[in-house]
Amino acid sequence: MNENIINIEHISKVYTVGDVKVHALYDVSLRIDSTEYVAIMGPSGSGKSTLMNMLGCLDTPSGGKYDFKTRNVSLMTDNELAEIRNREIGFVFQTFNLLSRSNALHNVELPLIYAGVPSAERKERANQALISVGLGDRVHHKPNELSGGQRQRVAIARALVTNPAIILADEPTGNLDSKTGEEIMLLFHEINQKGNTIILVTHEEYIAQHAARVIRVRDGLVERDEAIVNRYIPGISKPESAVK
Amino acid sequence: MKKKTGLLLFELREGFIIALQSIVANKARSFLTMLGIVIGISSVVSMSTAIKGIDASFQKGISALGTDVLYIDKWAWFSNTEWWKMRNRRKITMEQYEKYKQTAQLPMAVAPVSNARKKVVYNENSVESVNINGSNADYVKTTNFTFALGRFYNDIEAKGARDVAVIGSELANKLFPRGDALDKTIKIGGFGYKIVGVLTEQGSFILGDFNPDNQVFVPIGTVFKHFASETFRSITINVRARTPALVEETKIEAEGLMRKIRSISPGIENDFSVNQQEGLMTNYNSVVGVIQVAGLFITSLSLFVGAIGIMNIMFVSVKERTREIGVRKAIGAKRRTILAQFLLESSTICLMGGFVGLLVAILLSYVVDRFLPTSIQASAVFIAIGISLITGVVAGLAPAYTAAKMDPVDALRYE
Ligand SMILES: Nc1ncnc2c1ncn2[C@@H]1O[C@H](COP(=O)(O)OP(=O)(O)OP(=O)(O)O)[C@@H](O)[C@H]1O
Ligand SMILES: [Mg+2]
Repeated sequence: MNENIINIEHISKVYTVGDVKVHALYDVSLRIDSTEYVAIMGPSGSGKSTLMNMLGCLDTPSGGKYDFKTRNVSLMTDNELAEIRNREIGFVFQTFNLLSRSNALHNVELPLIYAGVPSAERKERANQALISVGLGDRVHHKPNELSGGQRQRVAIARALVTNPAIILADEPTGNLDSKTGEEIMLLFHEINQKGNTIILVTHEEYIAQHAARVIRVRDGLVERDEAIVNRYIPGISKPESAVK
Repeated sequence: MKKKTGLLLFELREGFIIALQSIVANKARSFLTMLGIVIGISSVVSMSTAIKGIDASFQKGISALGTDVLYIDKWAWFSNTEWWKMRNRRKITMEQYEKYKQTAQLPMAVAPVSNARKKVVYNENSVESVNINGSNADYVKTTNFTFALGRFYNDIEAKGARDVAVIGSELANKLFPRGDALDKTIKIGGFGYKIVGVLTEQGSFILGDFNPDNQVFVPIGTVFKHFASETFRSITINVRARTPALVEETKIEAEGLMRKIRSISPGIENDFSVNQQEGLMTNYNSVVGVIQVAGLFITSLSLFVGAIGIMNIMFVSVKERTREIGVRKAIGAKRRTILAQFLLESSTICLMGGFVGLLVAILLSYVVDRFLPTSIQASAVFIAIGISLITGVVAGLAPAYTAAKMDPVDALRYE
């Protein structure tokens, strides 16, 4: 039932700045299966974003092996990587990264345009995705006409619309206040309940407690990888900050 | 295969929509960029139209003179032969004309011509130094003359050296502003001539002295009688070939016959020339060629400047939208998708500029038309559109390529 999606073995990533080599990732091995809800934690500069980019096929490793659904990512061409990102992966960024001149609907449509979905079907699916994140009444608003939380919802709708195998979120609540952050986390919870795989990067322990598994990274290495015992289930066990 | 072309069309359409959105979103910038192309295209089209206009009016004048007419003359029109050599040539006489006319097989018409330059007067109106063209009734057959009034002088009048005249349209306008020239008697160099015919407008302003509109046509006998002794003057023999295609053969025959008539021994060079309009054409073409190359070079420069402007703006636009490019790549845009997006954007701007430039050129041509007959050819439309499209693609290529090969991670990190 829970098939393996991500399997990385001894992955490294080295950046060269001048003559200095920076090991953003030293030696990381991971397995992530479908329907999992994983949080990646670690101090600033520990390599979380680098790992995320790698998992999202935005970047290729300097060493090691990465199999995405049994396909070796290192051997893929640029076009194949773009296709994987388009079909199998949905990105949610800390800074939302919406196209500022386009309205919510067009932003959500964009991945479908690149997937070659015809216009009518595209509009229908984008609309549905916006409804599912609670923005059915904001379809024609541009990003600057939306609140931060609403923008992040548009971004989540954009990530969901292609029905990807995994959702990758790099500090999705980093730019939001705690109440709005909690709303977004509820949304992720629901998405995970529907069977989507979620991987999110966070600084905050309490955000990480929403996931079922935490991977702690330090200096480009996996420090600890553990299941969360006392999990926050939004709407059932309320965090103090959300108490009325 | 079919699926692939379908996808390509889909990508083109979507890319075009995205390009339009970004053009509309940056109105001021798009407008300024377009301006360069508008100026470039309108000047290229206007210049080529003006050149075509000059060319067309000259061609019209030339064909009024007749490209199928040969002029057997003591003087060569266009030649490197020294002036004094031609000066010492024997003259061409009426007798030689008669002999040539009798033996020549190829011409459609042959006529002797003797010219004089005289003042022409009617009452208080006068024109100085008019070309008086003396010939016989066959002369009209060597031309394409059409008549506004009356007719050409006939054989009897020519043989009898009667004082009758046919005048060109411009001359008629000057002497008879009310248009009542027929049957009036004008004074040519002091001698009275009765007008029997007025020509319709034949030539164009470029021809100057060659232009029949400024000439008087009279029987050759009257020229000999009043203005120049027949024994003293060399005449010109105008020869019209049956068809333009036969001009060359007619010329060869004329040279052969004239050598025989003038008894030139073999090995001695001709002491006469067979002239034709082509000489004039060659001269003219080389002049127009220079104007054309210079004009198009200068106007192309403005187009080039416009193209650099486009390239510059596209580079700025790519830089400015680095993050957007990163996002697009992260959600599945391929290199060629990004490339197409920016290429479509620059070529759309250029195409729009091209259309506006074309409109400006058409408006300009209406203004210029008052001074110089011009006409915008259908080909100019295609050329303008073609050039602006090519400019758009070429100017957009480098910026679009920069955008396409951006690394998505770097682009997303860009501040
Ligand atoms: N393009 C790059 N060139 C050079 N070094 C880089 C580059 N990208 C990342 N690094 C380095 O790699 C290391 C890991 O960076 P990364 O962005 O993955 O950290 P992070 O864990 O996401 O930090 P934060 O929590 O602050 O976002 C850092 O030391 C960083 O300086
Ligand atoms: Mg980071």
